[in-house]
Amino acid sequence: MINGTVTVHPRADSSLRHDPVTRGLGWVSAALGVVQLLAPARFARNLGVGDAPRHRLTSTLVGIRELGVAGGLLGLPHPAWLWARVGGDAMDLSLLVRALHDHDGRGLSRTVAGTAATVAITLTDLYAAVTRTTRRTSMELRSTTTVTGTPDEVYRFWSRLDRLPTFMAHLEDVRMTGERRSHWRAAAPFGRDVEWDAETTQDVPGERIAWRSLDGADVPNSGEVRFVPAPGGRGTELHVTLTYDLPGGAVGKAVTKYFGEEPAQQLDDDLRRFKQVFEVGEVVRSDGAPHGKRARKEFPQHPARPLDDDERKEVLA
Amino acid sequence: MKANCWISPNTVEVTDVPDPTILNSRDAIVRISSTAICGSDLHLLDGYVPTMQKGDVLGHEFMGEVVEVGPGVDRDKLRVGDRVVVPFPIGCGACSACRNELWSCCENTNPNAGVAEKMFGHPVAGIYGYSHLTGGFAGGQAEYARVVLADVNPLKIESDLTDEQVLFLSDILPTGYMGADMCEITDGDVVAVWGAGPVGQFAMDSARVLGAAMVIAIDDVPYRLEMAASQGYRTIDFSDTDVRSALLELTGGRGPDKCIDAVGLEATHGAAHVELYDRVKQAVRSETDRPHALRQAITSCRSGGIVSVIGVYGGFVDKFPAGSWMNRSVTLKTGQCHVQRYMRPLLERIEAGQLDPTRVITHRLPLVEAPRGYDIFKHKQDRCEKVVLKP
Repeated sequence: MINGTVTVHPRADSSLRHDPVTRGLGWVSAALGVVQLLAPARFARNLGVGDAPRHRLTSTLVGIRELGVAGGLLGLPHPAWLWARVGGDAMDLSLLVRALHDHDGRGLSRTVAGTAATVAITLTDLYAAVTRTTRRTSMELRSTTTVTGTPDEVYRFWSRLDRLPTFMAHLEDVRMTGERRSHWRAAAPFGRDVEWDAETTQDVPGERIAWRSLDGADVPNSGEVRFVPAPGGRGTELHVTLTYDLPGGAVGKAVTKYFGEEPAQQLDDDLRRFKQVFEVGEVVRSDGAPHGKRARKEFPQHPARPLDDDERKEVLA
Repeated sequence: MKANCWISPNTVEVTDVPDPTILNSRDAIVRISSTAICGSDLHLLDGYVPTMQKGDVLGHEFMGEVVEVGPGVDRDKLRVGDRVVVPFPIGCGACSACRNELWSCCENTNPNAGVAEKMFGHPVAGIYGYSHLTGGFAGGQAEYARVVLADVNPLKIESDLTDEQVLFLSDILPTGYMGADMCEITDGDVVAVWGAGPVGQFAMDSARVLGAAMVIAIDDVPYRLEMAASQGYRTIDFSDTDVRSALLELTGGRGPDKCIDAVGLEATHGAAHVELYDRVKQAVRSETDRPHALRQAITSCRSGGIVSVIGVYGGFVDKFPAGSWMNRSVTLKTGQCHVQRYMRPLLERIEAGQLDPTRVITHRLPLVEAPRGYDIFKHKQDRCEKVVLKP
């Protein structure tokens, strides 16, 4: 009945394909990998760590890893591969530190030099990974439901934007500020509010409403609702798509996690509430869920027992 | 007010809780005059229904007098002072399920629809006093109850029928009746009913009024079989009789045309090894329901017959006889009762004297003795069949 999905796309950056740092690191990986794979014993000896079978095996495995990363960086460039290199560096450093610790003294200077080189490479990789990681992530939420009513009736109900907060839980206020312009205010993580102006980009009565935020929004977003007649007089299908352009970095991650708890579930809940408001006239409250359908407040709930005066005041406030 | 609350598995307690108030504009508050303990309350008591919370008010069979209505209630349908029976599933009357009279599948009345959807694939209606999976609505084993969408759901009683004659319109009479209704009984049909509890008894009565040629009760509790026999139904005591051969003998080898499972997820069974198998699997949670009655109903039913399931299931079962069901063209029909669909016609049958719901009542207790009522009902003490509570 309600069918929600969420897709998160780290934004692909095709510029990495022509980025000299990314390509350079790719070729370094390739060269090292080939050497380690073809001549593991010699590689280990040159590093001054001995050529016992376990040293050769380690060299071979690290070589395979390097070739994998090289393939990724050169073939399908993506910041994840740079982070993979950083991870590999950390592994190599830990191996080298162990080698230094257990060293028998022969070729110690070569091991020290190798470790120093690895530290330098690690710093380069870290720099590349941090600077090349895209700072924005787009998240698309989709959900759908069917309500009893004609597409025209449902369209008219939805197009009253000021009514959206009665069923969209995170929205606090929407008001029209012009012919196709509106101002939106929504609850954001950490008790903050975010506000933005939006413009209606498509408005086809009985068929479709689409909007997008204007420049300056904290979280650029867009949305679309399609009203499709369900077959055989089964009412109207609503197909809703919301896209959020999430900032990267620490805040972005927190936001993603905030939405990521059950991102599709939240939109499902909004549509369930829409259906209740449209078909029943209001959001249905129970003693256990006095705020009505709201995923993040679902469990543990208030017991299925009448609310006391204070609880009732809080709920009806 | 006083209310009977679920505390933990096997513990219920009558405690003081706040009086209910209007939360939605179409709510009404009902002062409860009679309420009852249902067999499905025992599934809650025993801890087989998930999402119960400490302090939940129990009870989904209740009736009483309207003492307050919200501002959105249609006064042509319901007013203060009306005497009403409240159906256990909450319908909205507006979604496509309700419009198709599938009231217990209402798409709007369960605020915890997301959880129900995860368990069942699609959500189910809100139900009073019946776990948070069905919405977390306080129940009616109390002095007062908040009735949701009060101009759509309750049935007004305008005649002078007693509480005991109409109380069971809230659940068990329509549930038993729907069990028989789903059997699509035709001339000459033999109907076998697993479970001679209150719902089973009403399924038997309903099969009779819908024209069954013979009704057979299957149980292992002697006084419940006696109660069925007193109405003229044939009985099979599975504790000392092989059910399959007894059914074949009673039907000239055909098997019953229609079978009703009025037992559900806590079936007991004569064969110790099968019983043990299900109990162990249920205890370690690798199956949630013990479906013995359902298995036996399917394999016993004649080819091309109907198995109608009104006993409650909550989760997953093992050893479902899919081969017997499929190869012999057996139809399986089921559902939580769509009470609102049956209340009015059943009220007419009660008024006409065709059905006497009071016949199953064995115990009348004050509300404060609800825990004792649960105890004697669960342990089948004192020939207990049905407990009515008086607030």
